[in-house]
Amino acid sequence: MFSYYLELALRSLKRSPGLTLLMVLAIGFGVSASMTTYSVFRAVSGDPIPWKSSQLFVPQIDMWGPDGRSADGEPPNALDYVDAVALMRDHRAKLQSASYRIAPPVQVPGSRRHPISVSGHAVYSEFFPMLDVPFQYGSGWAVDADTNQAAVVVISGKLNQEMFDGKNSVGKTLDIHGKDYQVVGVLAKWDPQPRFYDVVDTGGFDTNSDDVFIPFTRAIAVNLSNAGNTSCNSNPAEPGFVGMQRSTCTWIEYMAELDSAAAVQKYRDYLNGYALAQKNAGRFNWSPNNRLRDVPAFLDSQHVVPSDTKVSLMVALGLLIVCLVNTVGLLLAKFLRRSSEIGVRRALGAPQAAIYAQFLTEAGIVGLAGGVVGLVFTGVGVFSVGLVLPKDIAALAHVNFSLLLLTLVIAVVSAVLAGLYPTFRASRVQPAWQLKSN
Amino acid sequence: MNAHPILAALRRHKAGVILIALQIALTLAIVCNAIFIIGQRIDRVNRPTGIDEANLFVVSQQWVGTPESGAPGAVDTIDSLVRADLDTLRRLPGVESVAPVNSVPLFGSSHVNGITLTPDQKNSTLSATIYEGDDKLMSTLGVQLIAGRAFTAADVLRMDFHDDTLPPSVIVSQAAAEKLFPNQSAIGKTIYSDSKPTTIVGEVKLLESSMAESFAKDSDYYTIIEPVRQVGDNSRYVVKTRPGQQAAAMAATRDALFAANPQRVIDSERGILSFAQIRYAAYRADRGMAILMAVVCLIMLCVTAAGIVGLTSFWVGQRHRQIGVRRALGARKSDILHYFQIENLMIAGGGVVVGVVLAVGLNLWLMSQYEMPRMPVMYVLIGMVALLALGQAAVFVPARRASRVSPIEATRAA
Repeated sequence: MFSYYLELALRSLKRSPGLTLLMVLAIGFGVSASMTTYSVFRAVSGDPIPWKSSQLFVPQIDMWGPDGRSADGEPPNALDYVDAVALMRDHRAKLQSASYRIAPPVQVPGSRRHPISVSGHAVYSEFFPMLDVPFQYGSGWAVDADTNQAAVVVISGKLNQEMFDGKNSVGKTLDIHGKDYQVVGVLAKWDPQPRFYDVVDTGGFDTNSDDVFIPFTRAIAVNLSNAGNTSCNSNPAEPGFVGMQRSTCTWIEYMAELDSAAAVQKYRDYLNGYALAQKNAGRFNWSPNNRLRDVPAFLDSQHVVPSDTKVSLMVALGLLIVCLVNTVGLLLAKFLRRSSEIGVRRALGAPQAAIYAQFLTEAGIVGLAGGVVGLVFTGVGVFSVGLVLPKDIAALAHVNFSLLLLTLVIAVVSAVLAGLYPTFRASRVQPAWQLKSN
Repeated sequence: MNAHPILAALRRHKAGVILIALQIALTLAIVCNAIFIIGQRIDRVNRPTGIDEANLFVVSQQWVGTPESGAPGAVDTIDSLVRADLDTLRRLPGVESVAPVNSVPLFGSSHVNGITLTPDQKNSTLSATIYEGDDKLMSTLGVQLIAGRAFTAADVLRMDFHDDTLPPSVIVSQAAAEKLFPNQSAIGKTIYSDSKPTTIVGEVKLLESSMAESFAKDSDYYTIIEPVRQVGDNSRYVVKTRPGQQAAAMAATRDALFAANPQRVIDSERGILSFAQIRYAAYRADRGMAILMAVVCLIMLCVTAAGIVGLTSFWVGQRHRQIGVRRALGARKSDILHYFQIENLMIAGGGVVVGVVLAVGLNLWLMSQYEMPRMPVMYVLIGMVALLALGQAAVFVPARRASRVSPIEATRAA
């Protein structure tokens, strides 16, 4: 029976090619605009570490007091040096790491090339196992490298390619910021977006790769200053990087792994206790105002998804709705034009269900054709978005199988939905009336 | 023409009428808001920076092997390197003037300080973007001094990158001056940052902050220039060339700096940027959003127009016989044409009324969810006129076809 309806539908669509083309294009445009903006939205609202994001927590401590809070009472989104180091020393989570952004010049010792500037992070040894950072060669450094301020470095696969032609460089030496560092690990491709471990400096997205990771303690010891954002509620009392470390300026990101609800509660209590102790010691003269959010909640609180992206998605969905309303109207015209044909079928004994099947098949075919057109437009759309949107965001939007499948499914489903009312009207055609008037 | 028969006919196909009106309403709501967004973005991109943008380029570089910040003698050593670089750049062919600077308008990197009027004031009067440079900075950027004096070489201090203390004299933008000292001259007044005083010696007309993100009109121009040559791991220079010589000077910069001192890193992509490139990058998101909104509007208007053509054509086909009868009874072609035009005007009119409500509702919702200002009534009015015109344009082709129906149709069976 379905093949018969298919044939009827194709014949009917061929009879009025202009109208058919109009519907197909409308659905194609509506679906592809939605899918193009959705591809951007999907890319920026994704979970960068889905298997673990609910166990990774970002602590925030209010070291600025009521004057420094945002309008909604939020404490700063990063830590100052004093508190970050205190939290590291207390070591209350399963795994934890403070980190800050560095941008040192790097050169292979003895080579005559100009040094290049790379972006990276100063981190603790637990950073790598905590974030499941994948290694191509070697591994992160051991805990004693943290305590000894060891001159060791983990480099990205990209930097390894540039500096050591992609060969296993573990054990080799790299000149970073004028000092020799031993390579202990080379990362496999690792580019989580949003850049959840450094939202403060990237705003969430970053086209630069992180190419070097060195021990936090080492970076501090050699005065490798912060290359990321610094926020100060009051200016440091002393000059230089040392003054920065003694100030309440915030420039350090912090992450802790907490495996269970009990562990989270315990850590919350610990933070409270810490802030109270600071109050008792006279460093803070306000009640604790801490936050402890897991990665998805933290990304949300930092408004990582740009509002432009959300507004575009909404406007595109609006376009899809207009296109569907348009399709409802055109299908209605198309179906009712065939009232006499429906009358004949009904008079010959076709039940209403048969009329439904026939016309919904026709709507489905229009949807499928619209979906195929939409696939092409979505491809063009995602490509063009790369040309006009900011690079850090556009680079993330891509076409993949699930997007294409979704395009087709949405096209067919929305066309069938659009066909429901016109089909309902068609099924109510009175056979006697139609036959008589002819 | 009497509207009654049109209304009576409309009642016979409610569904089609409602669908067209709904489509027009939704289109109006979305197009108004989208065009409003485009208008805002264009406004933003057209904001003046206050500097003479043509012939400017910016060099950012990083030192290698210089003493650590804060180490004894570091400031002297690095400052002499900075001055050597300034000399090198000044000697490039086509270069008119050079100044060290921490950032320029639209560059993105910024240094913001809270400014107060008394040393013990708790909440700062304004947050100002701080520009640091030497006595050549203002003439190189081409900012216009409107009161007081410019900096002289004697004003210029060398200061560590991390040192946030204020120099004894500063120059403020007019916007900042008016916010700090409304209705009086700011020249000679003392302001404080973190309880430390400084004196305002000059006022410039316009100087935009280095972040282009905010929608705010005033705070975007709260800027302060400090006569400070910053000394740190990095240095940045702004270079003004003679007209037509920018490309050549930019091309020669890298080699000249490396020849003078190879111990440095100049990023291959972002190390040397013309101001046009800085402007392009700063407003990329706004331009992208405007283009996206424009494309969506265009598609939406085309789809709506096509929908009107489609449904009206169907109605014309359905009423062939009735049109024939009217023609046979003496109606002129123009009467038939006008019938369909007025019918469309009624439907579109209904749609537009609903659309205005939706448009305002959508704007209010966007205001509550995102940083969106209230939409001026002008946008809604323009949208109304545009959609009514679109309806008339779309209905013209099927209406003309209707007007050509021959009176003989009246005699034929339906």
